[in-house]
Amino acid sequence: MWEFIHCSLYNSRWRRIVPKTLYRKILDARTVAVRPSGERLLYIDRHYVDETCFTCFDALAERGRGVRRPDLTFAFADHTVPTRGGRTSIRDIEIRTALDRLDADAARQRIELFGMGSPFQGIAHVSAPEQGLTLPGLVVVGSDSHMPTHGGLGALGMGIGLSEQTHVLATQTLWHQPLRDVRVRIDGVLPPGVAAKDVILGVIGEIGASAAIGSAVEFCGSLVEAMSVEQRMTLCNMAVEAGARAALVRPDGVTFAYLDERARAPRGADRERARRRWAALASDPGVAWDREYAFDAARLAPMVTWGTSPEDAVPITGRVPDPAAAASPAGREKLERALRYMDLEPGRPMAGLPIDRVFIGSCTNGRIEDLRLAAAVARGRRVRVPTLVAPGSQAVKRQAEAEGLDRIFLDAGMQWGDPGCSMCVGMNGDRVGPGERCASTSNRNFMGRQGPGSRTHLMSPGMAAAAAVAGRLVDVRTVAPPGEERRSATGG
Amino acid sequence: MSGIDLVEGPAVGMAAPNIDTDQIIPARYLLRPRGAGYGDLLFRDGRCDATGAPLAGHVLNTPEGKTARILVAGRNFGCGSAREQAAYALRDFGIRAVVAPSFGEIFRLNCVRNGIVPAIVPEVAAAALRDWLADGARPVRVDLRARRVDSEALSTAFEIEEVNAERLLSGRDEIDETLSRFADRIAAFEQRQG
Repeated sequence: MWEFIHCSLYNSRWRRIVPKTLYRKILDARTVAVRPSGERLLYIDRHYVDETCFTCFDALAERGRGVRRPDLTFAFADHTVPTRGGRTSIRDIEIRTALDRLDADAARQRIELFGMGSPFQGIAHVSAPEQGLTLPGLVVVGSDSHMPTHGGLGALGMGIGLSEQTHVLATQTLWHQPLRDVRVRIDGVLPPGVAAKDVILGVIGEIGASAAIGSAVEFCGSLVEAMSVEQRMTLCNMAVEAGARAALVRPDGVTFAYLDERARAPRGADRERARRRWAALASDPGVAWDREYAFDAARLAPMVTWGTSPEDAVPITGRVPDPAAAASPAGREKLERALRYMDLEPGRPMAGLPIDRVFIGSCTNGRIEDLRLAAAVARGRRVRVPTLVAPGSQAVKRQAEAEGLDRIFLDAGMQWGDPGCSMCVGMNGDRVGPGERCASTSNRNFMGRQGPGSRTHLMSPGMAAAAAVAGRLVDVRTVAPPGEERRSATGG
Repeated sequence: MSGIDLVEGPAVGMAAPNIDTDQIIPARYLLRPRGAGYGDLLFRDGRCDATGAPLAGHVLNTPEGKTARILVAGRNFGCGSAREQAAYALRDFGIRAVVAPSFGEIFRLNCVRNGIVPAIVPEVAAAALRDWLADGARPVRVDLRARRVDSEALSTAFEIEEVNAERLLSGRDEIDETLSRFADRIAAFEQRQG
């Protein structure tokens, strides 16, 4: 099998005969060398670094090496930046040092920096696509596991470790073992109140957190085709929570229209040439997938997680599972452990569960469409628990303010923050307290993810806003449009 | 980094599936300089109380656990965040091999680059080993050349790509290797792109 693909690189007749997936097409186009074992040296088109990468620059300096392609490397201050209370003084010395190091390393290596003062600062996975840095068909790597987000534009995005990043800085290449090809087809239309986040939580809940290990997942189907690029990015973003190394959506007219509005995307004759190239980025008919899944969008409902893995997802109308009903002793133990940590009784309905805090933002749900979904629910209402809304980027923040969304959030009693990873990972000090229960639009409900002892329930922006208003988990479909509260129950 | 071919010593078991890198090292410690050491941060929130004092009940805090060289884990070990500091923490604690049915992919590759053998074994073998280790640490041997995990309880083959086994065995500097062997190819590729 491997030899055939290898041949196809050099023989145009083979290229026509052997059907290839979108992933393989990108791989073949960006392969510098192939080892006899099949491992490939991939050329890296974009490398996104952040303030946790100082070790890489230290390692480069130790070897007396520089950055090979500073023009293809971009630095984003996102993981540790303050997202509330302003940015004038950072008291935490480690954070200040890390951000200063990013400034200094970027300046020394002539890397473009989207630092705290930049009008385009933001989470790399929000800011880079919206500027047109990420383009279809490119190989895009970075220090963060949510790099598959960029697959929403048809780019091959992969998260890598610091050693691999150092290798990329020095060589602009990455050693890559080809992945398995997995296709997830989702057909139909989204029912009312169901968001892209619910789709991906539904998929992970069904296939599990380890189903796509070692795979590149391609999302397709009529639902995905009808999705905006932002929605596609939400899908691809969380594919890593099913184990995927990469996720992709075929670039199409929706993608091209999105790129037309991006400042740094190709223009004029370049754009026409690029479009012809991008249009060929599709899996061929008759491709042999290693695994295929199919979902019907009509059967999806707003989702919430009850446990400590994103696979622990159920519809909001569902209940906390009962360990006694587990298929195996190991399964029972896993459930018991999660329920103990989450302080939940078996069989309890998810709706109505009281919460202490809400977070709306992150690389999963920090884009303008996400904030619109949250604002539509928050409009004219008041929150019952502390709620932080952190836009994904400065551009998202400006857009939200131009649309008046910030007023809606502030009038509802929410905090309107600054762009960054914020409470998704808690590195900047915005954390969920021990034992506190947080309704969150982020991507991981891991133990202690949002702070030591934090309890996270993942959900869509609309669901999170509804939880903020109710002070408990609630089915967003039962929340009436503004002004109609009295005619309809808001609880669950 | 020097190469590794054999890991022998006390092994501990961790039964839970999906142990993520946030558990292996919480995010608030990721800004520590590499040279400062990461061993004390391994499983920090599960292994220590809020003051940092080790919890008596944790398997890595027993006298044998403290000297563990091998971890036998459940499915999808090291899933989640790309943070290579998870591998630093294991390595600095003394763990040089992790035996599991499957791994988070980025974590697995980070292990390879930090001198830790990620040994993929069948689910039943991992479960049997974990059961055998349920009462505490026991000696296990992970032989990278033979691709075998051996113990009194059972012996089993493990999987690792040839090229990653070679990386671990040689401990070679990957950047030097790439540039010494492929610099021309990289330059030619760049030329073609214009």
